[in-house]
Amino acid sequence: MNLPEPESGPAPARGRPAWRRFRRDGQSVAALAVLALVTAFALMAPVWAAWTGHPYDATFPREGLDAGGRPVGPGAEFWLGADQLGRDVLVRAAYGARVSLAVGVAAAALATLPGVAVGLLAGYAGGAVDTVITRLLDITLALPALLVAITLATTFPVTSATAGLVMTVLVIAFFSVAGFGRVIRGQVIALREREFVAAARALGAGHLRIMAVELLPNLTAQITVLASLLVPTAIVAEATLSFLGVGVRPPTPSWGSMLGEGGEVFRTAWWLLAVPAALLLLTTLSFNLVGDGVRDALDPRPDRAAGRG
Amino acid sequence: MTGFVIRRLLYSLVVLWLVSTLVFAFLHLSPVAVERVVGGPRATAADLAQIRRNLGLDRPVPAQYGDFLARLLRGDLGDSYVNGAPVATLVAERLPTTLLLVLGAGVLWFTGGVVIGVYGATRARRAGDRAATALVLAGLSTPPFVMALVLLHVFSTGLGEVGIGFFEAGPPSRERLLQRMVLPWAALAFLMAAAYARLTRGAMLDVLGEDYVRTARAKGLPERRVVYRHALRSALTPVVTQLGVDVGALVGSTVVIEKVFGLQGVGQLVHQSITLGDTPVIIGVTLLATVFVVVANLLVDVGYSVLDPRVRLP
Repeated sequence: MNLPEPESGPAPARGRPAWRRFRRDGQSVAALAVLALVTAFALMAPVWAAWTGHPYDATFPREGLDAGGRPVGPGAEFWLGADQLGRDVLVRAAYGARVSLAVGVAAAALATLPGVAVGLLAGYAGGAVDTVITRLLDITLALPALLVAITLATTFPVTSATAGLVMTVLVIAFFSVAGFGRVIRGQVIALREREFVAAARALGAGHLRIMAVELLPNLTAQITVLASLLVPTAIVAEATLSFLGVGVRPPTPSWGSMLGEGGEVFRTAWWLLAVPAALLLLTTLSFNLVGDGVRDALDPRPDRAAGRG
Repeated sequence: MTGFVIRRLLYSLVVLWLVSTLVFAFLHLSPVAVERVVGGPRATAADLAQIRRNLGLDRPVPAQYGDFLARLLRGDLGDSYVNGAPVATLVAERLPTTLLLVLGAGVLWFTGGVVIGVYGATRARRAGDRAATALVLAGLSTPPFVMALVLLHVFSTGLGEVGIGFFEAGPPSRERLLQRMVLPWAALAFLMAAAYARLTRGAMLDVLGEDYVRTARAKGLPERRVVYRHALRSALTPVVTQLGVDVGALVGSTVVIEKVFGLQGVGQLVHQSITLGDTPVIIGVTLLATVFVVVANLLVDVGYSVLDPRVRLP
């Protein structure tokens, strides 16, 4: 759950030119198209279920398992094969896509507000406030996030699927705030000394006004990039927790839990590994490409644009 | 210098205290009936009351908290709910395997990351750099267990008899140590190397633009010497720092890799304890992992301050 830290730079250009630059970037546009497809796949989950006649939590031991109890592969009845309980992998993957996308976007969105708030406050206030906030953020970053999440899941076992989903989102968001806050703080410290802040202060603007009206608009590019790069990190975190059985709870399918549950039978049923793994990889890769593309478009320094590093 | 070390040491202790308080709060506020976990489904009401007394759960919370901290100070992490064994012993048995995994992978990812990063930086914006960057992006986008599962699948189905040495059960035997550890090392290193390549590339690009590098080139030194002797040496500082922090942070967080490859390390201990509801073990590993993170950070900070006195300024 480590946040990638883009280097700080001058306040980047915004508006139409950025969109034009993004559109010219073939890789990022392709990645955006992939994300649109994955989203459509997720939205159509009930359609897949109705079409195939296989609800996501229904088992079909007769059709889905062969005489030896092994899951059947992709075919006319199960387009992407069946899993070890005879459930439809296609339908489950589509519902899993809903979980991945929802958790990724929700966790990123939930981390953004407090991340921006603490970063803005620490960077602008400086002094003791800054020291206290920075120390607290450092402590959060020093926590072994995965283990704390596991501890939380075992001490507060959830019973309903919704509770599992909500808790997963909250845990991921919590651990993402610190990284976010630190990057924003660095940006604010660089912006704080600029002339337009001094000018606003000379005109009698209060601290709140300076933070909200002068500084915040200058941070939008940075915030957009951080938030979009946080989505794939959150998706991986959710998949990891669900893989270990402490994230999204059954019967709700998740790509992570599909990989975790199928572990025993991969050797004979490759589709149980290939389908969720490929979807997961495609989604995180696309989000990363889009995030990098947004960063390059908003901050067109030649070194950055070409290197993507 | 001494003042700096003492300040950092005190800060580390505060972090450890906060984390232990946090897990105590989790434990205390938890709705799980501990005596049920310990006693099992057939325990009578009298058994359950006796278990509560044995665990000190009938005492006031502040006394329990004081007791908890006092035991931690003595290195006592409590006993497993499931088999009553001291958690410290259970963890100590598993620690060597995890350290072997993390340190071995660390060597791989550090070397790999630095090589790819230098390669990219010296060919910035050319085809080689783009290929390296694509590889890095793939590494950063791959969830750890996906990499591990794919490696496991490919090698276990493709190798037949030869592959057995990769997956034998139990602790890695001395003769087959390398063979057994190669896949876990590769899975862990691939993912970590990506971040290191990115870090090295950035640091190298910064350093290659510095005046002393230009001076070295102007003197007519061969490019190879400029890159490796002059630039790389100073570009490595942030990368080595990161290595210290990551090795510390990974102890206990390799749950996924250990689960997939059946390594009996600390992470596997955590994973087995999840299903058993063996909270003391999970908490013990969490605290141990925090100690590793804190100590690694402390060493890195102090080491850094020896190399570069400017960081000591508040």
